[in-house]
Amino acid sequence: MAYILLRDLDIPDIGKLDVYTTNGGWEGFKKAVTQHTPEEVINIVIDSNLRGRGGAGFSAGRKWSFIPKNEPVKYVVVNADESEPGTFKDRQIMEKNPYQLIEGAMICAYAIQATAVYIYCRGEFWDLAHNLEACIAEAREQNLIGQNILGGNWSCDMFVHLGAGAYICGEESALLNSLQGFLGQPRVRPPFPAQKGGGLYYEPTVVNNVETLANVPWILVNGAAEYKKIGTPESPGPKIFSVSGHVARPGNYEVPLGTTFRELLFDKAGGTGTNKAFKALLPSGASGPVIPVTEQMLDTPMTYEALGKLGSTLGSASFILMDESTDMVWAAYKMIKFFKHESCGKCTPCREGTHWLAKLMEHVIHGEATMLDLEKLENVAKQMNGKSLCALNDFAINPILATLKHFRSEYVAYIKTPAPAAKPKQPAPVKKQLEEVAEPAGD
Amino acid sequence: MLAEKYAERIQKIFSKYPDKRSAVMPLLYVAQEEFGWVSPEAIEEVAVLCEIDPTQVKSIAGFYTMYSEKPKGKYWLQVCTDFPCALRGADQFHQALLDHLGIEEGGTTEDGLFTVEHVMCLAACDKAPMLQCNFHYVENLDMDKMKALLDQWRADAKDSAAD
Ligand SMILES: Cc1cc2nc3c(=O)[nH]c(=O)nc-3n(C[C@H](O)[C@H](O)[C@H](O)COP(=O)(O)O)c2cc1C
Ligand code: SF4
Ligand code: FES
Repeated sequence: MAYILLRDLDIPDIGKLDVYTTNGGWEGFKKAVTQHTPEEVINIVIDSNLRGRGGAGFSAGRKWSFIPKNEPVKYVVVNADESEPGTFKDRQIMEKNPYQLIEGAMICAYAIQATAVYIYCRGEFWDLAHNLEACIAEAREQNLIGQNILGGNWSCDMFVHLGAGAYICGEESALLNSLQGFLGQPRVRPPFPAQKGGGLYYEPTVVNNVETLANVPWILVNGAAEYKKIGTPESPGPKIFSVSGHVARPGNYEVPLGTTFRELLFDKAGGTGTNKAFKALLPSGASGPVIPVTEQMLDTPMTYEALGKLGSTLGSASFILMDESTDMVWAAYKMIKFFKHESCGKCTPCREGTHWLAKLMEHVIHGEATMLDLEKLENVAKQMNGKSLCALNDFAINPILATLKHFRSEYVAYIKTPAPAAKPKQPAPVKKQLEEVAEPAGD
Repeated sequence: MLAEKYAERIQKIFSKYPDKRSAVMPLLYVAQEEFGWVSPEAIEEVAVLCEIDPTQVKSIAGFYTMYSEKPKGKYWLQVCTDFPCALRGADQFHQALLDHLGIEEGGTTEDGLFTVEHVMCLAACDKAPMLQCNFHYVENLDMDKMKALLDQWRADAKDSAAD
């Protein structure tokens, strides 16, 4: 089947406006603006059951429907911060097929009657962001963006904003703060971005991921019913899986949701490419729990629901593969260092907790930990759970808790002198435990 | 002064946003391009342009990793050593690069040409080992390719010095 998202694989020059247009580009947008009311567009997207590709999997159409109709100023913000370890799909869309994102964002803008669209790119997307600006300028010249679009009454401009290196700015409320020139730290919700007071410049705002919006033109052209024929009823549509780590052919693979792990990992990515077997998979980058690769699991269809049943999440579908040579304690250590570095520092449990977990993991790695330290590791992680303003805090404990759950013996192998009769005790409150850590947080 | 030298570019930046404050990040990039780093003077100037307090500009410059608060080498090499890249040898590549240049992590070569830092995921995990050189992607690296690139950059630097 022809690609829906990674269309550059079928049409290498799809990044040029004329090539995009002659290959059906802008048809969805023109259809939306000339044949449908904004409400109809929202209903089509609700019907399609398109779910957000940025991580949480929330219905895109329903999110759009939350925007109040009568506010004079409304925004669409495209989340192009793509900083989850193992995720590189939005980059390929924007580098190779930028107009499809631009068109999808403009359909969303029409549906909520937005006054402006901002694309927030992570700072390292420096070159592609400048190319996006050039693409927007060309589309503006063709009256697809800007004043009185396609000769109608609606006007909406589009701008690119560059971040500057901070994972937390992918969290939507931190992203909005960053775009407004504040520190990129999450906001207290409610109000949510869709509500007056919660969005960009405190106006009602839709925040969607790049890949989510790249689905929208196809849905407008082909209809919700056709879209639902791809994938499974709960998880319809195509999905890009970013596959990295110990595989023969790392890269982005677009397959329908509901494809089996085996097909993706072996037919597409070529297995490990060595005589070693797969050991473990992180299906949602560093943020979701790791799961062991088993024969039974390989025959499972990949959907939001199935990953939940396997004890993890689909997230943004960033598949990091580990073969049997991988030291899972080292893996957890690498990941906790990431979260410690990326904690924005606003909440004490997250700021101090990630610091402390990293410290404890350092002890383990250096062979200085006791069995009691493993308990401590687990206690701190469990006590952090749900105690902070945003999900980064909860992401951070996953590498520790999931590796302890599935690969505990590897931790034990690092313990030189098991403590005598480590008797189970009541966990001390996090704050008390943190006070035992002499060093201040941060580096 | 940035305001005079980049008048047109700065005007364009302000025209994108309903609030001057939003220009702080793009203006910090302008300053960094001009001076090679975000100097205290640059921070003062950005603050005046955005009509906010210099301490706020300073805290923003400090929050993000891509603003440099001290001078870097002409080529700022940011090597990804995050987990997916590390599964494909990025830690060893990073160390080999440091050894080859005779510097420590975060250090700059004596000729002022190269600064090497390790960074978190750059959305190029399928092309590891990789780095960004002054925010441009350089991918699928090994030390042989790296040495050739370093030679090329040294030659480029000599040429631009001769101009
Ligand atoms: C710490 C953190 C980092 C995130 N990073 C990203 C990101 O890089 N890209 C993204 O699209 N969503 C990211 N999200 C999810 C966004 O907050 C938000 O849910 C998403 O942009 C909504 O778009 P969607 O509904 O189209 O998926 C992140 C969330 C958290 C908590
Ligand atoms: S949970 Fe962590 S990253 Fe999120 S707001 Fe709190 S300190 Fe910042
Ligand atoms: S881990 Fe290096 S680019 Fe993603």
